[in-house]
Formats: sequence, structure tokens, C-alpha cells
Amino acid sequence: MEFDVLVDVRLRGGISDPAGATIERALPALGYDGVSGVSVGKTVRFTMEAADEAEAAARAGDLCASFLTNPVIEDAEVTVRPADG
Amino acid sequence: MATTVGVVVFPGTNCEMDAVTAVEGLGGSGRLLWHGDDDLSGVDAVVVPGGFAHGDYLRPGAIARFSPMMGAVARFAADGGPVVGICNGFQVLTEAGLLPGALQKNRGLKFLCQPATLRVETTASALTGRASVGDELSVPINHFEGNYTCDDETLARLRDEDRIVLRYVDNPNGSMDDIAAVCNEGRNVVGLMPHPERACDELLGSADGAILMASLLAAA
Repeated sequence: MEFDVLVDVRLRGGISDPAGATIERALPALGYDGVSGVSVGKTVRFTMEAADEAEAAARAGDLCASFLTNPVIEDAEVTVRPADG
Repeated sequence: MATTVGVVVFPGTNCEMDAVTAVEGLGGSGRLLWHGDDDLSGVDAVVVPGGFAHGDYLRPGAIARFSPMMGAVARFAADGGPVVGICNGFQVLTEAGLLPGALQKNRGLKFLCQPATLRVETTASALTGRASVGDELSVPINHFEGNYTCDDETLARLRDEDRIVLRYVDNPNGSMDDIAAVCNEGRNVVGLMPHPERACDELLGSADGAILMASLLAAA
């Protein structure tokens, strides 16, 4: 089966996020008050062949831990669902 | 025979000739090592130089560490061979697991390109054998992701084992404990964000990097 995988990579708490800080600082000038906690991460999407959803989730988790994220500075949330027909 | 320093070249590396020129100015011989090859025969020491290996896509060093040459460098390091990663090369060595920690974005919002004063903290490393503890060296930095970080346990080990090789005198980028360079347990693998190869001639504003590059040659 084919599965669509979405990996949402975020900087861990306490890790410097200049892009998020810059966006947050710009918001009041644009009239958007009261917005806080802006953080910028990245998403990685791919399709993966696997026997079932559990195997796809396990392989995607391995890929994420070994390559797509650096666990010293990043966390990730992995979402797996069957690919559209 | 002159000591041969292999200088790894990835797509996007841009400091390889600076490293070769510095090595040759100190009486060594420089040899470029293409990342897709894996032959280190005849090489006495390795420099992983600065630049933007593989465009820094995903993260600096994340893709470079899978190159065949990095497998050869890891084996060379495991056999005790001296390896120094400079700037992007430091990032590659942390991603490859040859050095602990990671380089996050600078504390300020700026790419930094300026001289930095470094204090030599230990002479027991492949980069500092010819220096003296307490030496202050003016060496340029040139980076956006140079803010060294690691977990508390790793930092405690680095301190206890005397593995913080260089510290910034005036921390420019937010690095934890002012760290500019660290080494592995064997002390033969060193990573640093500053560029000693760009400070080997007074014409460039400082020759203070020469003692670090000479230490690498002496360690080979």
C-alpha cells in the first residue's frame, strides 16, 4: 500500500528561531496585535510503500529520527494516512 | 615527505582552497578529496572545510554526512587520524556524530562576518598542540548557524573531560559556555566555527590561525 506521510519539524523549546522572532516583531506594524509564540519550522511530505499503516509509521519515524530532524535542536510530529486512490 | 592534508569537497564547499593554501604555506601538502570518492590513502590529516555543502538543504551538514567520503573520514578518525571541521565542516561533523552537540542559528538575527578573539582552553587536541593554554588568537568568523548547543549532560562531560578546545572571549553568537571549538573523546577530531585557514598571513589581517593549522600538521 502507499501512504502519504507528513513530517512537521519544529525547533525545540529554547532553540534560537530568528525567523519566528522577526515575523513576530513585524506583526504590530501590520496591525496584528496580540499575536505571540510565532515559530517557523518546516514540513516534509512524501509517499511511502508499506504493508500497513503501522509499518509506514514506524519507517517514517525512523527516517525522521535518523535524517529529517536533528534531535539536539528539533522535534517532529509524523502523520501517516493511506494515499488517495 | 611533506605531511598531506586531505580537504573534503562537497557540492557547495567554498573554503577548500583557503585550507589548501594555508597548509602549503606551512610546509604541508594539500589534496582535494571529492565527496563521492572514499579513498584516503596517503592522507595524514583531514580538513572538512567551510561553505554550504549540498546547499545546506534540510540542515547544514545533514546531507553531506551521507557522502562516501564521510564514511572514509569516520573510519580514519576511528583509527586516530586527525580531523578538523571548520565552520560548515564543524556542522558536518556534528551531524555525522563524530562530535557532540549541534550548531543552531546565532542568538541575534544576523549572519556574522567579523574577527573574533579566541582563548585556547586546552593543548591536548589535534588543533592546539602547538599553542599554549590562555593564548588569545584573532580569527575570523563567518556564519549564521554557529551557536553551539548541547544538552546539560553533554556540556558537563565536555567540561569534565577538558574537551572545550577554544572559547570566545566576547561571545558573538550565543554559543553555550562561549564554546568556539570542541573535540571528541580521542581528542583527534576537532570542530570549530572560526576560520583559522583565513588567518595564516598578516596580509589577511591576522596570522593567528597559523598556530592552529600548524598544530594539525604536527598531529598528523
